[in-house]
Amino acid sequence: MTGSATSKRFLQIAPALAIIGFFMLAPLGLMAYVSILEKGLNGGVVWDLHTSEAYVNFIFERDLDDSLILNTDYLQIFARSFGLSLLTAALALAIGFPTALYMSMQPEGRRNLLIFLVTIPFWTNLLVRNYAWILLLRNGGLVENLLHWLGIAADQPLGLLYTPYAVSIGLTYSYLPFMVLPIYASLEKLDSRLIEAAFDLGADRRRALLRVILPLAAPGIAAGCVLVFVPALGAYVTPELLGGGKSMMIGNLIQSQFGAARNWPFGAALAFALLTIVLLAMMVYLIRFRRAPAGGH
Amino acid sequence: MRVDVTNPLWRFRGIRATTWVFFAYLYLPILVLIALSFNENRLATIWSGFSTQWYGVVLDNDDIVRAAGNSLIVASVSTLAATLAATLAALGMAKGRFRGADGISGLIALPLVVPEIVTAVATLLFFILIGFKLGLLTVIVAHTVFCIPFAYLPIRARLEGMDKALGEAAADLYANDWQAFQRVTLPLLWPGILSGGMLAFIISLDDFVITYFVAGAGATTLPVYIFGMIRIGITPEVNAISSLMLIVSILFVTLSFLIGRMRR
Amino acid sequence: MGDRVGTPAIEARSLSKVFGAGADAVRALDDVSLTIRQNEFFTLLGPSGCGKTTLLRLIGGFEQPSQGDVFLEGQQLTGLPPFKRPINTVFQSYALFPHLTVGQNIAFGLEMLGRPKEKRTARVEQMLALVKLQGYANRKPAQLSGGQQQRVALARALASQPKVLLLDEPLSALDLKLRKEMQIELKRLQTETGITFVFVTHDQEEALTMSDRIAVMDSGKILQIGSPTEIYEHPQRRFVADFIGETNFLEGRITEANGAAVAQLACGHNLTLNGPGQKGSGGGQRVTLAVRPERAEIVPPQGEGLPATVGAVVYMGTDTTYHLTLADGTPFTVRSQNHEGARLDLASGAAVKIRIAPAAIQRLAD
Repeated sequence: MTGSATSKRFLQIAPALAIIGFFMLAPLGLMAYVSILEKGLNGGVVWDLHTSEAYVNFIFERDLDDSLILNTDYLQIFARSFGLSLLTAALALAIGFPTALYMSMQPEGRRNLLIFLVTIPFWTNLLVRNYAWILLLRNGGLVENLLHWLGIAADQPLGLLYTPYAVSIGLTYSYLPFMVLPIYASLEKLDSRLIEAAFDLGADRRRALLRVILPLAAPGIAAGCVLVFVPALGAYVTPELLGGGKSMMIGNLIQSQFGAARNWPFGAALAFALLTIVLLAMMVYLIRFRRAPAGGH
Repeated sequence: MRVDVTNPLWRFRGIRATTWVFFAYLYLPILVLIALSFNENRLATIWSGFSTQWYGVVLDNDDIVRAAGNSLIVASVSTLAATLAATLAALGMAKGRFRGADGISGLIALPLVVPEIVTAVATLLFFILIGFKLGLLTVIVAHTVFCIPFAYLPIRARLEGMDKALGEAAADLYANDWQAFQRVTLPLLWPGILSGGMLAFIISLDDFVITYFVAGAGATTLPVYIFGMIRIGITPEVNAISSLMLIVSILFVTLSFLIGRMRR
Repeated sequence: MGDRVGTPAIEARSLSKVFGAGADAVRALDDVSLTIRQNEFFTLLGPSGCGKTTLLRLIGGFEQPSQGDVFLEGQQLTGLPPFKRPINTVFQSYALFPHLTVGQNIAFGLEMLGRPKEKRTARVEQMLALVKLQGYANRKPAQLSGGQQQRVALARALASQPKVLLLDEPLSALDLKLRKEMQIELKRLQTETGITFVFVTHDQEEALTMSDRIAVMDSGKILQIGSPTEIYEHPQRRFVADFIGETNFLEGRITEANGAAVAQLACGHNLTLNGPGQKGSGGGQRVTLAVRPERAEIVPPQGEGLPATVGAVVYMGTDTTYHLTLADGTPFTVRSQNHEGARLDLASGAAVKIRIAPAAIQRLAD
């Protein structure tokens, strides 16, 4: 390639890189830096005072005499966030895998329609979709009426909303398409002759599923789990709308540091910790599955 | 997988039923919300008759109209900026592989990887600490950043599916670089650009978390306004404006999908 | 149903298979009946789309027939899924499980049958020895060459000692040299294991080399079943004669002369039909005769035979092919071996005669 072509290419790519570099990469770096600064008295930060106080805050709080006392409030929020995100991934997998399997076995025209239907909710407003669940779950809402009508629950307000259950239903609902699409992609590539070979060698449908389909769809399943787990862990809207005060997650804790709590370094430290966990999860996935042999031909 | 669905051999028990559950789970809440938005009753749970009055109320609300105006300004400007940057980047990346290409692809995809709440915090801190006043402009900048990958991916896909010989054929027929781009590449790329731009537009229109952090006073967008309304309580107005947002998004994405498939 | 030895390994009764419905319906198999004997190397031969793979998949249980039944040693199989049939398949693409090792692939069927671990391990070793791949148990299929993958697929399908082994064009992905080796290898495996092999191919040479019997198929029907010699020497249908080897076709009408059937050919000359492959009567009936190029002989114009003009002469090493034209323009090819003194020095345009021994003439049914 000639020099002028190279510089032309560089000029073409430069604007996008500059925008993302300047307004995304640099802010992330700044955020990491803020997390080791002293917090200002009334919000803000003290620029030249470096401290690990924000990270110490994860586990300890300062007593009046400046000694450290164990404080598990934040740890609980982290644990809840992890628990709810894992539950979300598990629920999404339980519904998403059979759906992806069904979709992958449809004729081409119907397949494309189903994929389109799976992707539509992604492009709609997350806030609005979670709001719909308030209508469904609140006392006197549709779900409650349905449960009463079916005779599953006693005829009284159930208090479904503002519980961790509501949050996990909402999170699963929000990120379900992210589970289906990668699993579908790996099943779609799978050579049906491999399943026929399993049948041929005496495996019934259940064993063909366990011994051949699931192992060969593993990269897609792992991708789906990462894609659901990661945004669930950083969720803000769902716990805010459906969770109430007792179901706070990391996202809400971070937000509160920039609102009422006015502790920017702590907020930045929490966000940085979240980012680190997310990037680690991605890396583990990439190392484990990206170079594994793909199924079929 | 290529199988004959009518062959009983491929009937895995329960997957069809689960698929029904899946789509019901995905779509029933949306449908319930839209249905309730046409409820005449002030109390959102009691159905007392069909009415479009709440849409009228919503469209008469000056705050909502102003917020919608802000949303449109933000979405239009950031879509234009992001689509332009994304188109250029896609064209630059399409000219064969080079060292560092993976890194650049990764950087362009970065906004998709980082959790929204982290981006929101980082961007907020950045604007405040460099002394940038929060307002419509900060929202536009933040939106442009995360719109770039959404615009970039469909354009890139379109370019990848394009026959490289077309450009060479144009050059062979005495077109210079600019003429070849204008007369051959651009017309063929147009559906990709349009589709990418529309996706960026919806993403910007729908964004809440990042906007919520970086919007200063007077820069309230529609989702931020709706959030405030939901905080106060469930009202038929919220149902109506929420349904409107859903319908607009679904129409847009369907249109974008159809354009993306054009002349494929 | 008599004794087991006399029972056919596979019997198909009026099998039909229609894919799709309505206007798009495709009849892949049309009322096919067939019997495959125990311990036989049976080949389904035909061009792509002739229904041979569909027939194989109906026997394997991967598809269910639209009409008709399949029997295995007298037992009806219709409706049984493949995992309930003691029949195994070697797939065209081998379909080796990429996530399992060679050993795990071979042991898969035994595991499904619930055989204990020690027995499986022993059997895997035995099968690896059978296909000459000792020491490969821990490799992944992707680490093997095409020929080795082929052997693993065979070992996997044979490990659980199926009653019938189905092979769906298993050699088509191999290069010529390897294919020849595997043809011999397959024949050896079949003899050693004593298992009935049903082999699908579109390669007539492959079919002729390996099979005990061949069924030639076209458009969803079986046109002829017979030993390789029968199929080659006495094709009954024009398609069979044309598909297997090279053939000259002569059109004519039947007349009687001196008590023997005589064919009046379109070129104006007569051929007497009294060989073994020429049964069928009917004076005045239209008839097609088939003559293999190597069974005809070129003689000087003064001799007995059909007059012809020499076109191109193509030297092919072991033999020479003469492209001739009969009086009415019908092309006719003669091939003769190049042993010393046998080569005729013929120029293009020379007049010659073609002598055809009565036994070399095959009367076709269509």
